[in-house]
Amino acid sequence: MAAEIEIHNTNRLIESYDRDATTILGFWVYLMTDCVLFASLFAVFAVLRNNTFGGPSGATLFSLPYVLAETFSLLTSSFTCGLAVLSAQRGNKKHTIFWFGVTFLLGLIFLIMEISEFHKFVKMGDSWQRSGFLSSYFTLVGTHGLHITIGLIWIAVMCVYVYKRGIGQTTLKRIRMLSLFWHFLDVVWIFIFTVVYLFGALHA
Amino acid sequence: MNKIKNSQTYDVLVSRHNPESASLRGYIIGFLGSIALTLIAYLLTYYHAAGRDVLFGLLAALALTQFAVQLIYFLHVGKEFSPRLKLIVMSCMIIVVCILVGGSLWIMSNLNGRVMPSTKQMTRYMNDQDNL
Amino acid sequence: MSLFNNLAGILGKLSLKQFPHDPLTMFGAGLIVLVPIVIIAILTVTKRWRWLYREWLTTQDPKRIGIMYIIVAIAMGLRGLSDVLLIRTQQAISVGSSQGILSASHFQQIVSAHGTIMIFFVAMGLMFGIINLIVPLQIGARDVAFPFLNATSFWLFFSGMVLINLSLVIGDFSAAGWLAYPPLSELKYSPTVGVDYWIWSLEIAGVGSLLAGINFLVTILKMRVKGMSLMKMPMFCWSVLGSMFLVAFAFPILTVALTLLAFDRDLGTHFFTSGGGGNMMMYVNLIWAWGHPEVYILVLPAFGVFSEVVSAFSRKKLFGYTSMVWAIWAIVFLSFIVWLHHFFTMGAGSNVNAFFGIMTMIIAVPTGVKLFNWLFTMYRGKLDLKTPLLWFIAFAVVFTIGGMAGVLMAVPPIDFQLHNSLFLVAHFHMMIVGGVVFGYFAGITYWFPKFFGFKLNERLGRYAFWCWLIGFLLAFIPLYILGFMGATRRLNHYSASLGWQPLFVVAGIGAVVIAVGVGFQFLQLIFSILQRHQNTSGDDPWDARSLEWSLPTPVPFYNYARLPAVTERDAFWIAKRTHQIDTREYEPIELPRNTPLSMIIGVSILIFAFAIVWHIWWLAAVGLLAAVVIIIRSMDENTTYTISANEVMKLDKLYREGEV
Repeated sequence: MAAEIEIHNTNRLIESYDRDATTILGFWVYLMTDCVLFASLFAVFAVLRNNTFGGPSGATLFSLPYVLAETFSLLTSSFTCGLAVLSAQRGNKKHTIFWFGVTFLLGLIFLIMEISEFHKFVKMGDSWQRSGFLSSYFTLVGTHGLHITIGLIWIAVMCVYVYKRGIGQTTLKRIRMLSLFWHFLDVVWIFIFTVVYLFGALHA
Repeated sequence: MNKIKNSQTYDVLVSRHNPESASLRGYIIGFLGSIALTLIAYLLTYYHAAGRDVLFGLLAALALTQFAVQLIYFLHVGKEFSPRLKLIVMSCMIIVVCILVGGSLWIMSNLNGRVMPSTKQMTRYMNDQDNL
Repeated sequence: MSLFNNLAGILGKLSLKQFPHDPLTMFGAGLIVLVPIVIIAILTVTKRWRWLYREWLTTQDPKRIGIMYIIVAIAMGLRGLSDVLLIRTQQAISVGSSQGILSASHFQQIVSAHGTIMIFFVAMGLMFGIINLIVPLQIGARDVAFPFLNATSFWLFFSGMVLINLSLVIGDFSAAGWLAYPPLSELKYSPTVGVDYWIWSLEIAGVGSLLAGINFLVTILKMRVKGMSLMKMPMFCWSVLGSMFLVAFAFPILTVALTLLAFDRDLGTHFFTSGGGGNMMMYVNLIWAWGHPEVYILVLPAFGVFSEVVSAFSRKKLFGYTSMVWAIWAIVFLSFIVWLHHFFTMGAGSNVNAFFGIMTMIIAVPTGVKLFNWLFTMYRGKLDLKTPLLWFIAFAVVFTIGGMAGVLMAVPPIDFQLHNSLFLVAHFHMMIVGGVVFGYFAGITYWFPKFFGFKLNERLGRYAFWCWLIGFLLAFIPLYILGFMGATRRLNHYSASLGWQPLFVVAGIGAVVIAVGVGFQFLQLIFSILQRHQNTSGDDPWDARSLEWSLPTPVPFYNYARLPAVTERDAFWIAKRTHQIDTREYEPIELPRNTPLSMIIGVSILIFAFAIVWHIWWLAAVGLLAAVVIIIRSMDENTTYTISANEVMKLDKLYREGEV
């Protein structure tokens, strides 16, 4: 009898696990559409990369060590986000919040670095209005920054959520989606780092 | 619906049924791999370690490798149950992105080549005109 | 007035000057204002507000959302049609010394509005309406994968619709054509808010479509009833799967193209400007990378409808099921690699033009496969020539003519002659009216009794059909000829010596005949409603094949009381023949609670977009309320309710006996 009940419960669990899988698939498809969005921006950047219109090119503007620091900060945040997922899988509420906190800080550092870089360019007179190249640069990198901002808000909300509700099935599902989002942003950054900054430096 | 309060039960279930659940080992491999690949790409560029065209190829290859590393170790692509819908949707996305980016570049560079000749081409054209 | 000037800073670019002054626009604006006022008055007098709110505005039920999509689409269809009548009148009389009834800029606005509205708010609306109604039923699901997202998609679509109509009352609309090519659509050449209205209306509706596309993609992939493998799905679901796949991967490109144009106009960037290092051809490239898949997004579900209709009214199973599926996916793939044929004339080299020309010709092949499959389905079938099948036959003829014109234009040198001519206009109307609109008319007639319990009047349906078909041919065959004679599109005046006027008059008469057909469609609806008690049609009026016809009529809010047991294709048809309709046990059903949050998100996004159009920055911040709503929603765990198995059994009995 007890075994039967357990089988019944397990079936129920598998069913609700399947429902979570549907949600996660939906989110995954959304991420794929977001990839197409970034791909369009990359295409625009690639087409306009030489249209400097007498303004500065990437090679004269970008400081590679600075960008490397940004990259490491984001990459590490991706790793700590993974640690948060691991803690959540073990049901450890405190560790989950701690690792998400670290992720948030690293993400914030990345964002602040990016904004101050933008600020520097605009102050030098090289804003998005300067040339087609700069328009596409600011838009591509800025769209990534906007995603990071949304991610940061989401992480903050998630910490509140974990703190209040603890780690149940719904929380775990959401944490999985959040981590997908955050890792995805890191993946996009690989290409921004390579195409915008490294290729840009080579064009000199 | 049976709400699962006890995370332990869910954890057991997840590890039994979910091949995508994360592991510390995977994250560490992914992290170190990405750091290494980023550093190599950075140093190659910083010291202009090879000719330009070679470097373009190398950097692209490094980026794609890192892309694969992060997909496997951070996003756990390809580890789901069959049918691997996530993998299928992602493959379709990659095809669309290649068509979109590759196609746009081809079309626009072809157009540029025809309607916006380079300075060298212009000079040659003008010289030809003079010789006639 | 001085008060308004003082407020100028607060209201951005908005001032009293922006309201219409000349009689014709005032009339249009008056109508747009009057219609909501009349609706509000009727609701208030009949005390229906609470009913409207509880049953419709807050609903999460895809069936109701589907009906709302279709109502909006029909209303917008009327607006699109009145635009047509104005355009055709202008072109029939604006010859030589006569300047017609519209000023040049007003004419261009109307043409742009016609195209935009017909594609985004009529064709897309009808499509998502029918998908919402039918897909969950056909796959044996009780709901879509993400009901809240689905309702939000609808409200975004609705907000986009409201915004485009606001442009009639406040400010003006884009005069830059339905795709607003730069540099004409740049601030320098279109300094009014018209293009901004166009951008933000499409931006909102486009994001709504994108979300709906993701939703139905996942619904079809994950929510099918046990036993229904992909290859056992009805063909309509396959075609929707293909179409939603295109939505998911093409709409982000539209979002980018529109956003960059908005940046050019509002932030002074140089993406598509003619100076400053911009490249206007990149816009054309991006917009068609979305635009060509969009054509197939619209037409694939219509193909799906025809697959259902043809096999139901020929009383045969669909011919060549597997080849149909492959044809769909071939079309999906090819539709991503033909986009350059929309701008052969931009100056690309012969390699590029040849590649895209050949791909365009190839895409006719899978479409041809589908057409032959339908014809073979009809071959030796017991044809029941009801209106849905008539629409199919008209489609088969018109679509073939239009399709061949398309293949003709796929040859770049020929396209150089026909680019932007009325030949092109005739071609794409034959594809979109003949393919998409006829398809959705067939679908609405076919599925109407499932949701309302009575059929549409057949006689009036036939009158409408013949008016439509004859009017359609009268309206567009002359355009092919005019195109050959050199008449370009969006022409508001031409010289009398060209001798075009008679053909334009014929086209105008065609438009009037179509309008009569639309009149018959409304009469048909009214008569059918009045005579509904004589015309009750039961659960399965056409003796059809797919699962939705096994349900009681009207369809219960939970769709399936007991989930059907599917083992093969056309499960319901086989079940009827063997007199065994297998179902599983009654079980508790979990459904989403109604919530106004979707509507609130839609309204706040509308406010946001309106504020951006007019540069009222504080109001845009108010519009960001949408984000807060999403966070609040995410904290709510009590979003569903459950009906117990016992209750389901009781409800099912009531529905089966027709007591509900």
